[in-house]
Parts: sequence; structure tokens; C-alpha cells
Amino acid sequence: MTGMTGLLFEGADWDFPTVQRIHDACEGVARSELGLDVYPNQIEVITAEQMLDAYSSVGMPLFYKHWSFGKHFAFHEASYRKGLMGLAYEIVINSSPCISYLMEENTATMQALVIAHAAFGHNHFFKNNYLFKQWTDADGILDYLDFAKNYVAHCEERHGRRAVERTLDAAHALMSHGIDRYPGKKKLDLRAEEKRAGQRRRHEEEVFNDLWRTVPSGPAKSAATLNVERRRKLLGLPQENLLYFLEKSAPRLQPWQRELLRIVRHIAQYFYPQSQTKVMNEGTATYVHYRIMSRLHEQGRISDGNFLEFLQSHTSVVFQPEFDDPRFSGFNPYALGFAMMQDIARIVTNPEQEDREWFPEIAGQGDVMGVLRDVWANYRDESFIGQFLSPRLMRHFRMFHLHDDPEERAGIRVDAIHDERGFRRMRRELARQHDVGFIDANIEVVDVDLAGDRRLLLHHHVVKGAQLNETDARRVLQHLADLWSYDVSLLEIDQSDKVMKEYVVSPRQAPAAA
Amino acid sequence: MAIHIIDRRLNPGGKSLENRQRFLRRAKSLVQGAVKKTSQERDIKDVLEGGEVSIPLDGMHEPRFRRQGGIRDMVLPGNKKFIEGDYLPRSGEGGGARDSGPGEGDSEDAFRFVLSRDEFVDLFLDDLELPDLAKRKIAETESEGSQRAGYTTSGSPANISISRTVRLALLRRVALRRPRKQEIEQLEAELSECEDEKRRAELMVTLDQLKAKAKRIPFIDPIDIRYRRFETVPKPVAQAVMFCLMDVSGSMSEHMKDLAKRFYMLLYVFLKRRYRHVEIVFIRHTDRAEEVDEHTFFYGPASGGTLVSSALQAMHDIVRERFSPSDWNIYAAQASDGDNSYSDGELAGLLLTEKILPVCQFFAYLEVGESGGSAFDLSDSALWSLYDRLRSGGAPLSMRKVSERSEIFPVFHDLFQRRGQQEKVAP
Repeated sequence: MTGMTGLLFEGADWDFPTVQRIHDACEGVARSELGLDVYPNQIEVITAEQMLDAYSSVGMPLFYKHWSFGKHFAFHEASYRKGLMGLAYEIVINSSPCISYLMEENTATMQALVIAHAAFGHNHFFKNNYLFKQWTDADGILDYLDFAKNYVAHCEERHGRRAVERTLDAAHALMSHGIDRYPGKKKLDLRAEEKRAGQRRRHEEEVFNDLWRTVPSGPAKSAATLNVERRRKLLGLPQENLLYFLEKSAPRLQPWQRELLRIVRHIAQYFYPQSQTKVMNEGTATYVHYRIMSRLHEQGRISDGNFLEFLQSHTSVVFQPEFDDPRFSGFNPYALGFAMMQDIARIVTNPEQEDREWFPEIAGQGDVMGVLRDVWANYRDESFIGQFLSPRLMRHFRMFHLHDDPEERAGIRVDAIHDERGFRRMRRELARQHDVGFIDANIEVVDVDLAGDRRLLLHHHVVKGAQLNETDARRVLQHLADLWSYDVSLLEIDQSDKVMKEYVVSPRQAPAAA
Repeated sequence: MAIHIIDRRLNPGGKSLENRQRFLRRAKSLVQGAVKKTSQERDIKDVLEGGEVSIPLDGMHEPRFRRQGGIRDMVLPGNKKFIEGDYLPRSGEGGGARDSGPGEGDSEDAFRFVLSRDEFVDLFLDDLELPDLAKRKIAETESEGSQRAGYTTSGSPANISISRTVRLALLRRVALRRPRKQEIEQLEAELSECEDEKRRAELMVTLDQLKAKAKRIPFIDPIDIRYRRFETVPKPVAQAVMFCLMDVSGSMSEHMKDLAKRFYMLLYVFLKRRYRHVEIVFIRHTDRAEEVDEHTFFYGPASGGTLVSSALQAMHDIVRERFSPSDWNIYAAQASDGDNSYSDGELAGLLLTEKILPVCQFFAYLEVGESGGSAFDLSDSALWSLYDRLRSGGAPLSMRKVSERSEIFPVFHDLFQRRGQQEKVAP
């Protein structure tokens, strides 16, 4: 590190050497002081239009073509043009090297903020958090997306755009239920995945022999011999990953359709950790940028004026409107995350008696970054809030818990407030609100009527009386039935095993005679 | 550690263009409906500007399994006065804790986005055409014409543009400081008179240099040569003329005039956009007819009695003067409230059957009425019954009635819809 003194930049203008200087300075603080461990950085400067492009393909630099991305683009573009929506300052991609997109309009201060935030904060989180380690393959994702894009284009050429579109539509509808929630198998290796898909196709082409079609098959085994248990075991039931189940077991899908389902499933899986760690991910990045920027200011590398500009952006990012504020739309993950990180730092260095009771392991332990790095590596939102939300912070946010039971005539009950009786209940409830497993409907495939009309049977386990939105559910089931090619039925079952509602949907095209 | 900083700003934009086209293709019918609806609300001259349309989100919905209802728990920030066990009224006065939660009532939202001008007009005028554009004789006899279009560096020697070539050569010679002839002659003269040996040697060297330079830099270089360029311009495949006949007499109310003008505005937009070689003739009439320019036609005030035959006569005169029926496809669109003086009926009928209809490919009659005009349907107007009679006689005549602004587009669309071959004759 050379030139540890002197301003990194003056005023608002920047050029590429400035960005390089900022990056090096941030890196110095991030490595020596915060002990961060990051993927190599790749910083790309883009225009507003390119940012809009990136928005419409979930932030990824390349993606297969589909009309829904066009729809999102049109939507974002319209609201951006009207001035309803500002664009993000950056987008960061969980890949190795870690790609951060910076908008060209940002001032030098904003670029510094964004580099500290994305290229070090998010980057460290991506590389170290257990969910990302377990479920995503940062080295392979870009290659895999490239493969996916080409594969989809190839399918369109071979099988027609309409057919591909239909399959993708259906797969997208089921995307939220195309995720493995529990690690069973080995870590996802997208490169091998891509290679495997190619090999399988080649193998099929090599061993293809039309004669096989004409060989008479032996007498079919009596279906009755397969008892229910055995059948369920063979099909791997119950199965909550609907896309996986269809890919493996749907009777009439073409191989390329199965591959498309697989692609959508892998992409859904790739984004799964992000939805589980919003508060932590943003909290980490915000805490890191705050530490880095403050240190650079202390070192005299960022001028007072620019630091004020930073503080202005920082405070608007971590602003939490109160529930009766028109701007309120739930907890701001930046605000909650940042407040919790700072609170943990306070507990570690300067605990009060209350903190010693609540957090005996970390209170007064002294090593702020050690504790934080451990938290960043080993928790997700639900467990993070469940363990580290302190009473002090609940008081600070003046949290309260509402219980809205439609049966209750008197109205909505205030179940707990920020007092001694309420702390633990409220913390449990807030943690639950951030549990993806609890937010998504719990739907699983339970059985297939192999002996009869091949009907697919699904159950939705209703929690707290929240049933599926009927129009949407019908549409999704329609897609599901189209993929399955036979009838599909969904039962909504409450905790006492009472059936609340039954859906039966038939595929749009009757299965052709085999 | 290696860090890469990449400037992506120069990468080609429009990465989402294909997705956008896919989206538009998929939403075509919805967008088309929205475009037509938008065009009713807007002033028609703004229609061509493109702009924002909203389509029902429902049509482009991407369904997901969503849960709704049931018992809801939420933790919120900003408690001011609540204590445990309080009950808040549900209507929302209790502090707005319950404005509609996510997943409720959002399915009917319209989805707004901006269409570019071209996208808009294409969708707007999709599937419309002039019926029976048959007289293509001209296209067969006339070849493609050519017209001058600047200069080029290659071509046939016959097309060399001498003036341009010489000018460029001069420019180049000046720029490269080619020694002029006079300059050399002057030096030579000096040389022949000069006695001093040393000076002579100097002069000889200079002269040699100048001569060598003059040789190196040619008087006319191949790069100076320019050829006249010609561009071939396709001649019209078919020539067509549209006559717009509008009744502006006193019996037409403001509303009716508005309807008629809207109709013509649409027609105008449609013709200008779709056909490069369509002439448009504007005729407005009261008890006498006049040919006017488009501005007067759409914006000029006028009033008076009604003689339909005057307009028909004017049209006939113009056809005879300028648009020979053997060369031109002739169309006419007439808008009127249907009133005509009784004495004129016969003359108008005669003009139509004898002179106008025989030369027309298509004649559209639009009868405009008062808004909400139900009485309008009770008895047919003078013109309507006249045209109806002609039509049943097999004349290429289409008739529609319009009394609401919102009906204009459907009627217009109906009149100029692309038809299958077999129903060409049917009105």
C-alpha cells in the first residue's frame, strides 16, 4: 500500500485511476482492520440504460431470453422515466470474480461508498456465509448462465419458440417451489452440471437406434404388486421440490424440457440464499461501508465535505420509517441489519448489565470483528434475529407485535410491546417473519395414482388459516398439469388434517395416445 | 490482488430489446386494445406520437403460489401509545397499521409502460388496408426511375463529374504545396540570367527539388476523381387518390363535426403512414362545395345549407381534371348527418350512380349522429335511404352510423379491415 495519506479525490469528479485508488484504499482498511476475506473484485462502470437492462434480468449480466424479462424492463423503464423510481447505485453479483456494477452518474463519494459496500461488504458475505457456500457456486455461475442462454436458444431453434416459451412459463410459475431446502446431496457444481448435460445429450445421440422402438416389451408388471410404500419410495415422495419431481418423474416430458426445468431450478436455487439473508447481507455491507468510510475520513483521505455527502446517503439508506408513516413498507433490511451489527459491536466492547444477561457469550468479549465475522459466516436472517436482536434495539425501534385474527371481533390485538414481558415473544415473531420457509406456502407432492389415471396429488399444509389465492393457484396448477400431462389435484389441509379446499386441474392438451 | 476495472458504457445497449419484442408479441392483442383505447382519449393528432399505454396486468400475469388471509402476525416499529392487550379497530383509523397488506387486491392493477412511436402506430394501424387496390397498370409499364444523389468515388467514366474532380485536385495540390508552373518558369528564367556560379548551383538544386516534387504530386490523382451518383427510385406500384367529402352545413352540430373530423383524422394518419403514394383531396361542402387544404379542412369554420350533389359534382370535376380513372385507384369517404334537401336527392343519386361509383374502387359513407341518438335509428335519413338503395343495387358502397366518439375507431377499423378475397364485394 503506497500513499497512505492525501485525499483520494476532490470534488465529485472521478476517473478510472480514482476508482483504482479508492479500491486500493478500501482494500487496505478491509483486510488489515476488518479482516475481510473476499473474492477478487471486478468493477464495471455502466450507464443508466444498462442498469435498467440488468434490472430486468435479475441483475445477472447474461440470461436466457424470455418475455417476462421484457415485461419487467418495460415496467422499470416506465417508472424510471416518470421519476417514480431511482436506480440503485450498484448491483453486485455473487460470482468469482465478484462483479460490481457502478453507475456512471455516481459522484466520487458515491463510488467510494459503493465500492466499500458492494466490492467488500457483499463480497465478503458471499464468500463466507454458510448458505452461499452450501448452495451457490460462485466460480461456475457465469459459465452456467452462458450455457443456459445458449441451451434455451438452441431449443428454440430446434423445437420452436412457442414450445420453449410454454415450458419456461410453467417452470417460472413453479420457481418458488423448485428449491431444495435441506442439504442432502453434494454441493452444487455448476460447471460439472453443464458438462454432464452435454455428455448426456451426446450419449443419447450416439446410442440412438430407431430399432429399439420396435422391440416388443415384456409383459408389464402388475401395478398392484407395487404397494403404496414402495411406490412412494421409488418416486422419492413426499417431495417439496416440485420442479425436481417433474424433471425426474413427469411421464411425458421431452428430454429438452427436463433440461429446461433443471435450468430454472438451478437458478432458483442460486438465488435462494439471497432471499434468506436480506437483513444480514445488507447489514453486513452497510456496516462495512460505514467502517471503511469513517476510517478513510479519519486518515484524511476523504475530505469533510465529501464525508458529509456520504453521511447524507448513508442515513437515507438506513432510514426506518415508523409504521404510521406513509413511507412505511415493512422493516428496512438496511436499517435493521446495520442497527444490529452496530449493536453487536457495542455489546462486545461496552456491554450493560442487561446485555450480559441476554448475550453472555459475546458480552464484553472484546474482539468486535471476530464476533461479527463469525456471525456473518454462520447465521441467516431468521437465526440471526432470533439470537442477536437485543432488548435495547427493540426499545430503540419501539417495536410492537400485532396479532390479526379475522375471527376476533374486537379488532387487531396488540400482542406484545417493547417491555420485559414482550421482548422474547416479539423477537421470536420477528425472526419468523424473516424465515423464508415460513413465508412460502408449504406445498409438496404426496402421491401419484400410477395404477389409475396417473393423477398427481399435492398437499398444501395450511398454517394459521392462510390459504392460497385461488386465481393464482389455479393458474399455477394449470401449468403444473401441463407439465405433468395428466390431472393434478391439490388439497389444502389445516393442522388438524381437515381438508379445507380441493383443486383439480386437467392439462390443456389431452395426452396423445402413447 | 488483481482488480479489474472495466468500462462497459460503450457496450452496445438495448440488451433487453429482444425480450421487449417477445413481450410485445405476446401481449399483442392486449396492447392493441390498449392502444385503441388510448387513441380514443387522445387528440388524434397526438396519436402518432406514441406514448404510454396501460394493459391489464392480469393478461400478462405470472402466477405464483401465494397465501392470503388467515391469522396474521406482524412486528412493526414506532410504537407510541399501545400497551399489551390493546385492541385496534380494523378500519385502519387505529394508526393505519393495516393498509392493505401484500397479496391483497393487487390483481386488477393496470400495468403501464411506454411504447415508442413506431411500435404505437404499427399496432394502431395493424391489419388495415385500402380495399381492392387493383389498378396496377402503371407499375407494369413504367420502369424504376433514377435520380441524382450526390457523388461517389467509383462509377462509369461517362459519369465523371469534371467540376468536382478538378476542384478536389486543386484542393489537394494546394494542400500539398505542389510547385506552380509559374514558379518553376521564374526560377528557370533567373537561372539563365544568373552569372554567379554559387547562386546558379543553389538555383539548380531548388529547381530540381521543385521539379521532382511536381512530378511526385500529380496534377490529377485517381483519388480526386468523382462520379455522379444516381439512385434508383421505385415508381409507385399503384396510384391511389382518396376523396374526403365532409358536410359542414348548419345542420351538423359541433358533436357531429367532431366525429367527422376524428374519422378523417384517422383516415389521414392511416393513409399517410401506410401508403407512400396516396393523394388526398379534401372537399367540404355546404350548399356549395370547395376543395380545401388539410388545415382548412380540419380547422376552418364554415356554415350554410346542404346540397350533397355539390360535393359530388366537385369530386367528379376533380377526377376528370386530374385523376384519370384508368390510371388511378379512386376512393372516397363521405361524412354527413344525412340531411339533404329533397330536391337534391335525385341529382345526387344520379351523380353517384352515373359518374362517381363507376370510377370508384370503394366509397365509404359515414353518417354521424347526436350522442346517445336513439331517435336516429327510427327513420333513415334522406342520404342513408338513398345510399341504401344504391348499395342493394350492387354498388361498391359501405355505410356506417356513428354517434359516439368511442365508436369512431371500431367503425373505421371495420371499414378498412383487411378483407379476405371472397368478401371484397360485400360492403
